[in-house]
Amino acid sequence: MIEIKDINKAFNGKAVLKGISSTFREGEINLIIGGSGTGKSVLLKCMIGLIKPDQGSVLYNDRDFYNSDKDTRQAIRREMGVLFQGGALFDSQTVEENVRFPLDMLTDLSAGEKKERVEFCLQRVGLEAAGKRMPSEISGGMKKRVGIARAIVMNPKYLFCDEPNSGLDPLTSVKIDELIKEITEEYKITTIIITHDMNSVMEIGQNVMFLYQGDKLWEGINTDITKTTVPELNEFIFANKLLRDAAKENGSK
Amino acid sequence: MMSVIGKYFIFLGSLFGKGEKLSVYWRRFMEESVGIGVSSIFIVAIVSTFIGAVSCIQTAYNLVSPIIPVSTVALIVRDMQILELAPTITCIVLAGKVGSNIASELGTMRITEQIDALEVMGINSSSYLVLPKVLAAMFTFPMLVILAAFLGIFGGYLAGTLTGVITERDYLYGIRDSFVPYNLFFMCIKPFVFGFLIATISSYQGFFTQGGALEVGKSSTQAVTNSCISILVADYLLAQLLL
Repeated sequence: MIEIKDINKAFNGKAVLKGISSTFREGEINLIIGGSGTGKSVLLKCMIGLIKPDQGSVLYNDRDFYNSDKDTRQAIRREMGVLFQGGALFDSQTVEENVRFPLDMLTDLSAGEKKERVEFCLQRVGLEAAGKRMPSEISGGMKKRVGIARAIVMNPKYLFCDEPNSGLDPLTSVKIDELIKEITEEYKITTIIITHDMNSVMEIGQNVMFLYQGDKLWEGINTDITKTTVPELNEFIFANKLLRDAAKENGSK
Repeated sequence: MMSVIGKYFIFLGSLFGKGEKLSVYWRRFMEESVGIGVSSIFIVAIVSTFIGAVSCIQTAYNLVSPIIPVSTVALIVRDMQILELAPTITCIVLAGKVGSNIASELGTMRITEQIDALEVMGINSSSYLVLPKVLAAMFTFPMLVILAAFLGIFGGYLAGTLTGVITERDYLYGIRDSFVPYNLFFMCIKPFVFGFLIATISSYQGFFTQGGALEVGKSSTQAVTNSCISILVADYLLAQLLL
């Protein structure tokens, strides 16, 4: 479980996050949604330790990340898996080397054990044949899947995904969503996804937090999101014509 | 300016923070030594040979007095190569080649979140990425400079004998005349220091790149400029202190 309490962050005097608090439960897919520039990625980076919040705390199963000693922080980091927006694959390494990288750096497993684990993870994301290819030789969707394989190779307890569907076609987006959902349920991981893809919200989201200009304006389950009376959230959800037309047919707006 | 210098020294300190397994660093060190050192052999060879050739021709052009023996041309070429041209010019060329490469590589890693990916895994990214580059530069640059000095003197020999400004006998006599072994030590100290400066300054520029492709280009240019200025300042200081 991850808890964030009263997270505040400002850059050059401009408040980007204003007192954000929430709880993300294990085995569930938690979505943070909002328009561009509302602080979603900053919140994610505060949670994974890349940006220190000006105020507030981030608790991983009651361990305060920013007020712990270095060893505890290292231990928490090793329980995280992160899928960055562009995949963040290491250009000089093959797909297989990218997935094996955390094992090489952080474990004492034998070469055989690492090979087995890497093959399992690549198989899980459907890329068992792409191991010898370089990141520049694979598509965007494949990079995301390699990123997921690398994120889960250490059996993480927490999985963070920064806009996993950005730049992908609708079919590939659905596959990525399904993959994340399967992994979350199978390994009982606490998954947090930053997205503004409403399809992901409705298909795989369980708990949803809506950010608007640094404030948390709404939080709830995905089935309640279309019934909300928060105007900013309504505007965000029904900006998509398909959803708008569907809602009109259902009489929910 | 002072905050940049302070940030640079803090960055240097972070290189020696909690590191990873020794085997990882050894592998990275070897990879960087090949990338920084071995791949620079050709350009160093070309530059130093031609600089040696030009310095021989131009020295002979200036030494017109009949009371000065012709072998002095070779002596001057030798000392110029050893004391200044081989270490300094070679390292300025390497600042352009190696420095821009390091800055653009790290800058690109920064903007594509690869460095963030390392940090999130709990890896000391500055130590993992930069320390092997610094050690590889400090290890390979003296070797390249030794090669440059040899080829510079050889280039002078080729140019001098083929154009007839000096005979082979006079040249070989000149390069052995009044030889000071300490100059070789001085020649090797310079690239050791310059390698550290080039690798750390270029890494600093690349590591803290923010923005996109344009900023990576700016970091790369800034890395080369700052490295060259640092080399020239360090060159003067080393000459003042050690000679």
